[in-house]
Amino acid sequence: MEPERPDQAELKETKQLTGGETAGSSLVGKVRDSGMALKERAVEEVKSYKDPQNTQLWKSIFRVSHDRSDPRNRSLAILSNVFLHLHPAKINRDAVRYPFTWGMGGITFYLFIVLTFSGVLLMFYYHPTKADAFKDILYLEHDVPFGKLLRNMHRWAAHLMVITTWLHMFRVVLTGSYKRPREFNWGVGVVLLVLTLLLSFTGYLLPDDQLGFWAVTVGTNMARATPMLGSEGPFGVQLGMTPFNDVRFGLLGGSIVDSNALLRSYIWHCIGIPLVASIFMAVHFWRIRKDGGISGPAPVMLESEMKAVKKN
Amino acid sequence: MAKRRFNLTKGKLLGLGVLVAVVVLAVLVVEDWQQLWKISSAPDNVPIVAMLFLVPIFTWMGVRQSLANDRLIRELEQDPKLAKTHHRKAEPWRPGWARELHVWPYLVRIEFLVTVIVTVILFVWSITLNAPLEEPANPNLTMNPSKAPWYFLGLQEMLVYFDPWIAGVVMPSLIMVGLMVFPYVDSNPLGNGYYTLRQRRFAVGMFAVGFLQWILLIVIGTFIRGPGWIWFWPGQTWDHNAVVFDKNIDLHDLIATSWIGKTLHLGFLQSNLGKWIFGALVVGGFYIVGALFFHWLMTVDFKRISLRPLRLFPRDPFEQKLLERTSILQYVMFQFFAISVLLAMPVKLILRLGLTIKYVWVTPWFNI
Repeated sequence: MEPERPDQAELKETKQLTGGETAGSSLVGKVRDSGMALKERAVEEVKSYKDPQNTQLWKSIFRVSHDRSDPRNRSLAILSNVFLHLHPAKINRDAVRYPFTWGMGGITFYLFIVLTFSGVLLMFYYHPTKADAFKDILYLEHDVPFGKLLRNMHRWAAHLMVITTWLHMFRVVLTGSYKRPREFNWGVGVVLLVLTLLLSFTGYLLPDDQLGFWAVTVGTNMARATPMLGSEGPFGVQLGMTPFNDVRFGLLGGSIVDSNALLRSYIWHCIGIPLVASIFMAVHFWRIRKDGGISGPAPVMLESEMKAVKKN
Repeated sequence: MAKRRFNLTKGKLLGLGVLVAVVVLAVLVVEDWQQLWKISSAPDNVPIVAMLFLVPIFTWMGVRQSLANDRLIRELEQDPKLAKTHHRKAEPWRPGWARELHVWPYLVRIEFLVTVIVTVILFVWSITLNAPLEEPANPNLTMNPSKAPWYFLGLQEMLVYFDPWIAGVVMPSLIMVGLMVFPYVDSNPLGNGYYTLRQRRFAVGMFAVGFLQWILLIVIGTFIRGPGWIWFWPGQTWDHNAVVFDKNIDLHDLIATSWIGKTLHLGFLQSNLGKWIFGALVVGGFYIVGALFFHWLMTVDFKRISLRPLRLFPRDPFEQKLLERTSILQYVMFQFFAISVLLAMPVKLILRLGLTIKYVWVTPWFNI
C-alpha cells in the first residue's frame, strides 16, 4: 500500500504543472488513473488470498500452521486445539501399539458420541407417551428418511459400547493399570460401566413394545426385593414398605410399568444419566492425564526390586 | 528378513484339534439346528455371539504379550548385568531411536483411523440387521421366555440360584463395590503397566474367573434358558408345553429326612429354630472353608504339589512375600468379596443344578 501514495502524489503534481488540459478530460483522467490504481491493489490482494493460511480469518481460527512439521508446530497442533488438548504433546513410542492398548477406551468414547448424535436425531421423532411411543417407532421405521438406519445404529452402537467397556476393563486388569496412582480412576471407570449399562437398560423400554416392556418388568421386579426398601424384600414389610411406597414405585413412578415409567426412563435415558456420565467421563479423562497418561507399556520390574512397604 | 513360514507347532495342532472336536460334537449333539440358528441369529443376541469370538481373541492377544514379558523377566532375573542395561521391554528397541513420539500425527492418525473403521462397522451392521421391534406392549400377554437385555441375563440367570433380593440387589452391589475395591486390596507392586501372568497370577486369575463367570451366566441365559426358564441344551427344541416338576429341597430337610438324619434323630432340624441355627452354621462354615480355600490358592506353588510324597500345601516364596505386604484390612476385604461373589455363585449353581437344593439357610425373614 505504502509505495502507491507517492506515485499518486507525483501524478497529481504533473497534472497541475501541465495545466493545458480541460477540466473534463482531467476528471476522466483522474478517474481512469485511480481506477487503474484500484485494480492494481485488487490484483495484489487477490494474489495474497491464494494462500488462505495467511489471511486474518484463517489465522484467527487456526493458530498453528500444519504444513511445516517441525516439533514446535506438532506440539502446538495438540496443545492449542480444544478437542485434542486432552492428549499430551508427546507420548511413549510403545504407547501407540494397538496390541497393548486395544483402543477400547477411545472406541467407547467415540460410541458415546455416536449415540449422543443419533439419539438427539431420534428425539425429534419420539414422544414419550403411551399413545405415541410405539407409533413413533413405526413412523421412524417406515416413513422418516433414513429413520430405520438411525434407529438401528443407535441400538447397535449401544450394544457395542457395552462390549467395548468390558474389554477396556479387561485390558486394564491384564496390564495392571489400575495400580498406584490410578486406583481412584479405576473406581470412576466402574461407575461409568454401571452408567453405560443403565443407559442401555433405560433405552430398552422406550419403543414400548413387548420386548422392552417385559425386560423392564423383570428388571424392576427385582427392585421389589431390595432389603429394607422393597415391599417384598427382607425386613421390607416390617419397615412399612408396600407396593405403593417402595423403591420400585420410585423407579417406575407407579406400581406398574406404565406411562409414568415410560416418561421416567425417557428422562433418565436422554438427560439424567448422560449428564452424570459426562461429568464422570470428564473426571476419568482428566485423571488419565494427571496420572501420567496411559500406564504403559512400562519397563518390566523385577521381584528383587520390590521396595519395602511404607509404614505410616 | 526371511519369509515367515507356517509352522505346525504343538499349540496350533491343539487348537485345530479342539476346533475339530467342537464341530464333531456339534454335529452329533445338535438335533434342532433351526432352533439353534433362531437363538443365535436373533438380532439382540448378536452381541453375545460376537463376544464368544472377541473375548478369546483379545485374551489371546493379552496372554501372548504376557508370555513375551514373562520370558524377558525370567531372562533378566537370571542375568542382573543385563537387567541394568536392557531397556526392559519386550517391544523392539534400538539405540538411537526416539523414546517419545509426537501425538500429532502418530497417535491422532490412529484415532482417526479407528473412528472411520468403527463407523463403517456400525453402518454395515445397521444396514444388514434391523433392531428388533415386537408387538406393542401388552401387560396381559406375558412373553415366554421373558428375557432381560443380554448384558443383564447374568443377573436374571442368578435368580435361579438365589432369591431376588440377593440376585437382583445384593449381588450386583457386591460386584460393583468389589470391583472398586479391587485396586486397593491388590498389594502387589509389580506388573504396573505391562502384561504379565508370572508376577500377577492370583490377581489376574481372580478377575478372569469373575469375568468368565459373568459371561458364562449370560451364555446360559441366552442359549440355554427357554420357555418357562427351563434348561434346554443348545440345539434342543424349545418345547412350550414342557413342564419340569421342581423337586428342589432345602438342605436341612434333605439331611433331616435322609437315612443319616433318621438314624441320628435329627428331626429337630426341621423346627423353626433348628433350621435357623443349622443354616447359620452352614453359611458360617462355608465362609471358613472358603477363606481357607482362597488362602491356599493365594500362596500355593502349583508346580510343587505332589501326591507321593503327599505335599498339598507347598508355599510359593514370591506369593508368600506378597502376602506379607498385604494389610489385614486388605486381606479381609478380599476374602469377603471373593467368598461372597466368586465362590458363592458357582457353589450355589452346583448345589441347585447338581443336587437340586433350594435353600441352605431358611429363616422367617430371608432365605439363602
